[in-house]
Amino acid sequence: MTATRLVYRHRWPVRVMHWINVVCLFVLLGSGLQIFNAHPALYWGERSDPGKAVLSLQGGTDAQGDPRGTTHIGKHAFDTTGVLGASKVNGEWRSRGFPSWATIPGPGWLAMGRRWHFFFAWLFVANGIAYVTWSLLSRHLAKDLVPTRRDWRGIGRSIVDHLRFRHPHGEEAVRYNVLQRLAYLVAIFVFGGGIVLMGIAMSPRMDAVLHWLVDLVGGRQSARTIHFIIATAFVAFVLVHVFEVLVSGPLNQLRGMITGWYRISEDKETTRHD
Amino acid sequence: MTDRRGFMRKTLLALGGAALAGCDRISESDTGTRVLESAEAVTRRVQRFLSPSRALAKEYTEADISAVFKPNGSTMPDTPVYQALLRNGFADYRLEVDGLVDRPARLSIDELKALGTRTQITRHDCVEGWSAIGKWTGTPLSALLDHVGAKDGARYVVFHCFDNYEADTPYYESIDLDEARHPQTLLAYALNGASLPVGNGAPLRLRVERQLGYKHAKYLRRIEVVASFADIGEGNGGYWEDNGYEWYAGI
Repeated sequence: MTATRLVYRHRWPVRVMHWINVVCLFVLLGSGLQIFNAHPALYWGERSDPGKAVLSLQGGTDAQGDPRGTTHIGKHAFDTTGVLGASKVNGEWRSRGFPSWATIPGPGWLAMGRRWHFFFAWLFVANGIAYVTWSLLSRHLAKDLVPTRRDWRGIGRSIVDHLRFRHPHGEEAVRYNVLQRLAYLVAIFVFGGGIVLMGIAMSPRMDAVLHWLVDLVGGRQSARTIHFIIATAFVAFVLVHVFEVLVSGPLNQLRGMITGWYRISEDKETTRHD
Repeated sequence: MTDRRGFMRKTLLALGGAALAGCDRISESDTGTRVLESAEAVTRRVQRFLSPSRALAKEYTEADISAVFKPNGSTMPDTPVYQALLRNGFADYRLEVDGLVDRPARLSIDELKALGTRTQITRHDCVEGWSAIGKWTGTPLSALLDHVGAKDGARYVVFHCFDNYEADTPYYESIDLDEARHPQTLLAYALNGASLPVGNGAPLRLRVERQLGYKHAKYLRRIEVVASFADIGEGNGGYWEDNGYEWYAGI
């Protein structure tokens, strides 16, 4: 017989800030794509010279006069009609970088996209500062996130377990494993910190006091490109994160992140690591 | 288990779709946009707190100048007044300066040049996301403000332009006196060592280097010093501001 018991896994500040973050990332991504659509191309350096884009999403028509969307990455061109470069808005074809189902607001509306982006950027920053402060004071960072020496020693096994979708059960599932710790640390500090800094580096006003930062990454357009790359990395992180939730008992994980209480089962499997 | 997974995925997608639709509804409501707009004041205050009012935007070298400085927005004002000036090579052009000033003035480009001149190679950041670098020569706006004498109570400088944007809406912009007196804020008459091309705002345009491109009004006709811009245009301080863009365009 399997015995189950509930353990208190996530304290309330972590839960509240996690869900604020979910909303922020959702809006920031959608409104960010809206802003990107105003000039759907990325460059390296300070300037955006015509013909020098490292990535661009272009709309146009083919020889038959049909709409055509093309994604250019360096010298390579890909037909992405219907999704990138050209897609339908309310049944009508439009030249637009990202499709309307992915942008906030749906139709092209740069001014409103910016309103959404900056409002939620401030919320994201405030939430991030609150999280880091709380995590330092409550020792959440030291206890739950920084890998221990034992964690580092088990990293090889942890990678193999993850690749085989074998997740820790029982007591082992109560604490974060080494890959979770590293993924969360990178997402919070490298992605979170980096994307905010690159956003600030794009500001002409902040440029006057932070040009060293702009120089450090190679220029204002480089900062814009890195901002976009980190946004893509956040999407990848969220996909993996949601996938891991789905394969490790989604309802239990959701209950854990909503109420704090997480069910562990003390069956044979729990003793696997003992 | 697969059913549950499929259910979760569908639920997430449905939540996402509903949230996106909700965002569109908020974008169209007055209360929603007012809440979102509140972020602008936070951005302005924080940026002004973090960067001294005299901090200079980065200046570049000749080697950094863009081969083509992309003309954007209006590129050929079609108003009869402007067309007549253009035909005459702007020989009859006079910049009008009035409002809360001690000595209203009408200045030719040569008279402006006599007030002082500055050349700077700076980066222009369009709200759309692109950047171009150009060398601008012009009269510091502070020199003009000293020449006409801004009165007590003056808070903003409003730029009225020759171009009508979209049918019959005159382009205008405004900045506050702090930004107006910044050493890099110029009334520019030259780009890359030549007279300002029509596409870039001939004969005179604003350069306000620590703000986005739409603040850099082209085709200047008249400068008005005011205590408030609430009665001008639709009251938001500029053509694009009347169309939903931030008055404070520092990011």
